[in-house]
Amino acid sequence: MRKTILLAVGGLAATPVAANDMQVTLEIPRLRVAEYHNPYVAMWIEDEAGKVAANLDAWYDVDLKGEEAGTKWLPDLRTWWRRAGRSLKMPVNGVSGPTQPPGRYTLRFAEGTRPLGQLAPGRYNLRVEAAREVGGRELVTIPFQWPPRSAQTGAASGSSELGAVRLTIRP
Amino acid sequence: MFARPTLLAATFALGLAALLPGKAEAHRRWLLPSATVLAGESGTVSVDAAASNGLFTFDHRPMGLDDLVVTGPDGQSVAPKVIGTGEFRSVFDVPLAQPGTYRIAIASDGMMGSYTLNGERRRFRGGADQVPEGATGVQMARTVGRTETFVTLGGPTESALQPTGTGLEMVPVSHPNDLVTGEPAQMRFLLDGQPAAGLEVEFVAGGTRYRDDAGIEMLTTDEDGMLTLVAAEPGMYYLEAARRTGEGEAQRNASYTAVLEFLPL
Repeated sequence: MRKTILLAVGGLAATPVAANDMQVTLEIPRLRVAEYHNPYVAMWIEDEAGKVAANLDAWYDVDLKGEEAGTKWLPDLRTWWRRAGRSLKMPVNGVSGPTQPPGRYTLRFAEGTRPLGQLAPGRYNLRVEAAREVGGRELVTIPFQWPPRSAQTGAASGSSELGAVRLTIRP
Repeated sequence: MFARPTLLAATFALGLAALLPGKAEAHRRWLLPSATVLAGESGTVSVDAAASNGLFTFDHRPMGLDDLVVTGPDGQSVAPKVIGTGEFRSVFDVPLAQPGTYRIAIASDGMMGSYTLNGERRRFRGGADQVPEGATGVQMARTVGRTETFVTLGGPTESALQPTGTGLEMVPVSHPNDLVTGEPAQMRFLLDGQPAAGLEVEFVAGGTRYRDDAGIEMLTTDEDGMLTLVAAEPGMYYLEAARRTGEGEAQRNASYTAVLEFLPL
């Protein structure tokens, strides 16, 4: 507890402005298919060169263990797997989570705390990728500038595995 | 055990097809893994080994597994679990006990030849001692062949990709399990450890049964043995190259084939 307070004070001393904050809303669409499994979803931030700056979320069958562990299908999140997943040891604290059923989800990330951490000033892309067992794969991208000078929003929409994805950044 | 004669015959025929000038019956030799990119602490890939014209349809001969060598991420060899050999293909599993890149190869090196006896052309494996008295038109050559593919559990590693320095080899500059459509992949070809300059390489996408176009792309390595591969569509691709050196008794036929997977990004 004391450590947290000290860190917060230190952060304040370095940057007079309060930590920037990021909010992502995403929709997992309800699909009419014979066999439905919740999708695996990965969410991350990469710089303009495609280098991963932060891993925000990885939803998969975390509780599935043994011969056919839930990690087996992580490479189906093809872009995430290549950019980040294959060099991570799953589960990753604060990033891994269980899969979610269709619905709208709101996720908040604060600067200086995991999993967002610190981003150097520059242009970035938020990427959200979803892959479903016996289903398809989809990847959406929302570009943004960091740090935000004023509140900014960006939106993208998937057409199959993902619905509307919205990014809001506030200084 | 019953499959062994068939198996030997297959290897035999393959080696000789490369030996005889102008004979276009060298079937494509390939190792097709069930997956090339895997996740987790451990895993298994199952591999089909066959020789055929169509890619990747096993409809001709199985490939023999006598010369199967699997190299693990630590550079040590891994024991494959051989399931067996059928009429058209051999099948084996490779246990992936540690993360990293595995090289799965069938690497052969030996003398092969043919002769005519009593008006009949016969092929043989081994040296001059295999040629009976009275045989005519004896042809012999050393045949060095390598057929391979690659799989990676977790992050890609390099240790298993080191060249052996014998025969025709491909040294991946772009990692063989990090290939995607639209991104040029660089591969270097070596003959006995030296750059194979001006080597013609056949590059073909799988799925030949379902298209009219043979889809063969002929590429040539540069003076450093470098080759650039660009796959427009994702899928399993086949690579083949061969080079003959020496004349007469010193003749040597080196060949290389590989299966590479290009993923969509």
